[in-house]
Amino acid sequence: MPADIYLNVAVSGLLTGLVYGLMALGLSVIFGVVRVVNFAHGEMMTIAMYLAIALFSAYRLDPLVMLVPIAGVLFALGYVLQRGLINPFINRPEHSQFMLLVAIALIMVNGLLIVFGPDAQSVQTRYAFDSFMLGRLIVDATKVYAGIAALVVAAALFAFFRFTLAGKAIRACADNYAGALVVGLDVKRLYALTFGLGAACVGAAGCIMVLLVDVTPPLGPAYTLLAFVIVITGGLGSMPGALIGGVLIGVTEALGGLLFTPSAKSMFAFGLLVLVLLFRPQGILGKSPS
Amino acid sequence: MSLLEGVPRRALIGLSGLAVVLVVLPLLINDYLITVLILILYFAYVGQAWNIMMGFAGQLSLGHALYVGLGAYAAAALYVHFGVSPWIGLWVSMAVSAVAGAVIGYLAFRFGVAGVYFAILTIAFAEFARIGFDHWRWLGGSAGLFLPVANYTRNDILSLRGSPTMFYYLALSMTVAAFVLCHALLRSRAGYYWQAIRESPEAAQALGIDTFRYKMYAVVLSAAMTSLGGVLFAFYYNNLFPEQVFHISRSIELILGPIIGGIGTLFGPIVGAFLLTALAETLGEIMRAFGIDIPGVKQVFYGVCLLLVVMFLPDGIWPPLKRALGLHRAPAKSDKG
Repeated sequence: MPADIYLNVAVSGLLTGLVYGLMALGLSVIFGVVRVVNFAHGEMMTIAMYLAIALFSAYRLDPLVMLVPIAGVLFALGYVLQRGLINPFINRPEHSQFMLLVAIALIMVNGLLIVFGPDAQSVQTRYAFDSFMLGRLIVDATKVYAGIAALVVAAALFAFFRFTLAGKAIRACADNYAGALVVGLDVKRLYALTFGLGAACVGAAGCIMVLLVDVTPPLGPAYTLLAFVIVITGGLGSMPGALIGGVLIGVTEALGGLLFTPSAKSMFAFGLLVLVLLFRPQGILGKSPS
Repeated sequence: MSLLEGVPRRALIGLSGLAVVLVVLPLLINDYLITVLILILYFAYVGQAWNIMMGFAGQLSLGHALYVGLGAYAAAALYVHFGVSPWIGLWVSMAVSAVAGAVIGYLAFRFGVAGVYFAILTIAFAEFARIGFDHWRWLGGSAGLFLPVANYTRNDILSLRGSPTMFYYLALSMTVAAFVLCHALLRSRAGYYWQAIRESPEAAQALGIDTFRYKMYAVVLSAAMTSLGGVLFAFYYNNLFPEQVFHISRSIELILGPIIGGIGTLFGPIVGAFLLTALAETLGEIMRAFGIDIPGVKQVFYGVCLLLVVMFLPDGIWPPLKRALGLHRAPAKSDKG
């Protein structure tokens, strides 16, 4: 029943893709508002993953339960980074900002290597081998929980931007920087808040992702790149685009891994990126340049 | 001697002194120091090549490991499988890398992928190649491609099998040639066009510069030059693993020299490569002396250096150093800068 296999793999890719989407959402939010490309995004994610693993191995705390406090820690990290290091670079040339974040990423990934070593680490939950059956469809319970958790966090972020005053103020900064200054918004604080939110987003994604994969420090740069690919595919600055891009990449990777070899799966993500850049450079949901 | 016009006397004396020292140095130092110098020259060379794209034309590439790897694999594969001399293979290397650069440049510049998105595209291609080469059996795949190890008693220049001293002189010639080429380029029509594009693409276009074409020239030239560094890398180290050659950390290492030395300057890549490699080797020696063996310390050190330079010396180390040494080029009529 090969059709069943494809369906199963596609669904599993879709659920993983939702977590990818949440990760990319953080990048998209930061870029959309602060206009700084967070080159340390995947590294932040691995920091959250290692935090989750440390808490799990020490106190048996489930990463999904620890999602909120770890996202809080990452929020603080993002806030402080923006306030301390990145803010002075806001008006510097793009490549200068990029270098700064490359340096931060380099320190983060190798700091993790020094602290946690190069060996892969993982979390073994009680429900690791559970699965749900829907007709002929068999889905990992872990992936279902992961997908749901990712959707919940993403929904919370959408709600924050839609319904809170701070969210509205941040959107105002993104729409019109000068206008936001004129009406008296504390743009620097809002930028730090946004960076913190983006970091919290990727922190939550890390807590979820730790259930699905083994963690090694080099995963950081790989996820940074994946987040970029997703954001460009989905459309820059579009929040739903990030989620859709994540799902698309998740499914592409899963099917690519099935049809060819799993170790070559990220080639398909890059292939998709090239196709998008060729035929729809503004991304799937991005606004076309006028 | 238009090349040296307006160069202060003390700079000329300094340069000639440096040249003499560099030529006789291998006779005076041990093999370990020669290998360090080769590393420095390698980084100076590829840094210079990268600088053409970023420093001259303002196009940030974070995937130059792609060209190093393509150059290394092309020449090495021809040598291993068909016994083709690297002196012939290097032309294939340059051609392959130039085509790769042209494809990336075309995709990016044609569709307005600029700035950081361009940088991401270059990383994506390097990663694509890394995974692709991992699965390419003919080239050894992830198990690596090995060159027959040299017999160090005799230097075989034709197939580049020999002692570190031979590679030292090879790397030195490449670095000097790249320096002279970049010096000439910077004062050529293309060089001025590139600098105009770097400063303001819109203004350059408004002045009638074919920005697409000149950006393509920069990418292709930079890619071809970088791939020669790859040929040196392959024949010096004798082994190639996709995980190492194409890895993003190679791309980052390669650009640290010019950034720390000074983007867009001629001496920046050289000064940066020297400082960074010398400091990293010293750090390594100190750690060995204390019996510390922790992976990642060197990279954290690189990260801190990069952070400090980007924060406090945004133009790099060379411009202030040049002022301190009084090596300013005297304003001459022929010099528009």
